[in-house]
Amino acid sequence: MSQIEEVSIEKFKHLVSARALTGETMLLNMGPQHPSTHGVLRLLLELDGEIVVNCIPDIGYLHTGIEKNMEAKTYQKAEVMTDRLDYMNTMGNNLAYVMAVEKLVDLDVPARAQGLRVILTELQRIASHLVWLGTSGLDLAAMSMFLYCFREREQILDIFELVSGQRMMTTYFRPGGVWRDVPVEFEKAVRDFIKIFPKRIDEYESLLTKNPLFIDRMVDIGHLSKEVALQYGVTGPSLRASGVNWDLRKARPYCGYEQYDFNVPTRTEGDTYARYLVRIDELRESLKIVEQALNKLPLGPVRSENRKFVPPPRSEIGVSMEALIHHFKLWTEGFPAPKASVYSAVESPRGELGLMLEGDGGPKPLRVHLRTPSFDNLGVLSQIVKGHLVADLVAILASIDIVLGDIDR
Amino acid sequence: MDKNLEPIVKNIQEKFGAALEEFREEAHLFLKPEQIVDALTLLRDESNFELLSALTATDYWPQTAPRFHVIYQLTSLEKNLSLQIRVPVNGDSPKVPTVTGIYASANWRERELLDMFGIEVEGHPDPRRILMPEDHEGHPLRKDYPLGYEEPQFSFNYDEIDLRKPYAKE
Repeated sequence: MSQIEEVSIEKFKHLVSARALTGETMLLNMGPQHPSTHGVLRLLLELDGEIVVNCIPDIGYLHTGIEKNMEAKTYQKAEVMTDRLDYMNTMGNNLAYVMAVEKLVDLDVPARAQGLRVILTELQRIASHLVWLGTSGLDLAAMSMFLYCFREREQILDIFELVSGQRMMTTYFRPGGVWRDVPVEFEKAVRDFIKIFPKRIDEYESLLTKNPLFIDRMVDIGHLSKEVALQYGVTGPSLRASGVNWDLRKARPYCGYEQYDFNVPTRTEGDTYARYLVRIDELRESLKIVEQALNKLPLGPVRSENRKFVPPPRSEIGVSMEALIHHFKLWTEGFPAPKASVYSAVESPRGELGLMLEGDGGPKPLRVHLRTPSFDNLGVLSQIVKGHLVADLVAILASIDIVLGDIDR
Repeated sequence: MDKNLEPIVKNIQEKFGAALEEFREEAHLFLKPEQIVDALTLLRDESNFELLSALTATDYWPQTAPRFHVIYQLTSLEKNLSLQIRVPVNGDSPKVPTVTGIYASANWRERELLDMFGIEVEGHPDPRRILMPEDHEGHPLRKDYPLGYEEPQFSFNYDEIDLRKPYAKE
């Protein structure tokens, strides 16, 4: 195993043009350790001078076997794996997972928990879009964007720390509700953010939206048509920037999204600039949802009373024999789920995050499949970069907003 | 099951003799491997299932006939419907035809199927592994593939564990 095998072009013959075989075009590796690939992604580029003729993405550098690991854990314990999936959207991943479990075992969720779930996933969407905005600004040499965006993201991560004790790997949503009720400081922290953030979005926009350098790099670059997007399974903001009004929060409301008044921003241009504008608008819409959900947040329990699936509160364990038995059974054995399969999907910041969960009658899932949006969104890259410059490839890659943890699982 | 989905399911059942299973409002149709291309073409062109949401498989080992279910999760944006197609395949030389001609997104998903389950996809334009390294042996998501781990190395036993680690050494 000590020799390094020379990679021959034979392996990629069916993927490159005939000109690469004669040496007329050049094959060049971009990545896996390249800052603009936003993780460990290798792009094998076939170049004619500066122009991309073909782009062959090579993924799997971050593959950690999350699906296999989840199949070896009980339903409660498998949840921590979902945090490690798309590390920009941990609350959203938790939500997708707990919703699938709740659907599989038919578990109720109290209204307050639903409200908290909405507030926190929408804050997570804002945080995720801020990372996207900061890093794609960085890719296009708008250095200060990164600092401004991370300043606001920090505020959101502080809120997460307040409610769950963790900034990123939260595991706050649990099957049947949330881990525990939010502390009293929660409301003020969110209100502070709601107050400050609209002005900050205007600030970002004044720096970028009409900036001629930025527009030059974005407009008419990486055009993605509606038909190609659907063929390649692209979802989320990238699909909406191509003129398809499809948002699972509107189309199939979950967690009570139907009570909130918000728009689904869409564009018809389908280029890199349109994808930028859609995400900027989504920041405002998400903030609207957070505000409404916080105003409407009811009081009451945050966990289901169904003791077969949800552990009893600490206060009951000391005084009730049944509570102690349930607690013991749930944490040693776990709960059984029926021998059946469900598919449940939520709208993550990147698109449709689906979870196919199949039980086998026991306390561990037989099969967990994560339908991660970045996987399909990256698949379309090789189609939309053809004919663009290498420098534009960086802008296009930033605009489809991939997270490698989400792709490689 | 959704009212709008019923005629579509009925049509597929009549045309292909497919079995139907329902659970929590979801419809799962069972088809044979040789029918899948026709069925998906029909669903895409006549019933507006324009998005292939997921393509994966489940391993029912030690059961061998059928050992796998290959799963196609379809979404119709226009009608706001979902439908799942399941294709049972046997454990000895599992094989399904490619659907890349119908949904381009199946290209990577079918490579994942090949990589993770060792299910051969006939007529695939680019049958390489996608997530695991090219020289990897075995198919990790099969149930008879053990869940491995890496021994943590500390300063006191670093060299000892290093000797038996299966990575390339100079």
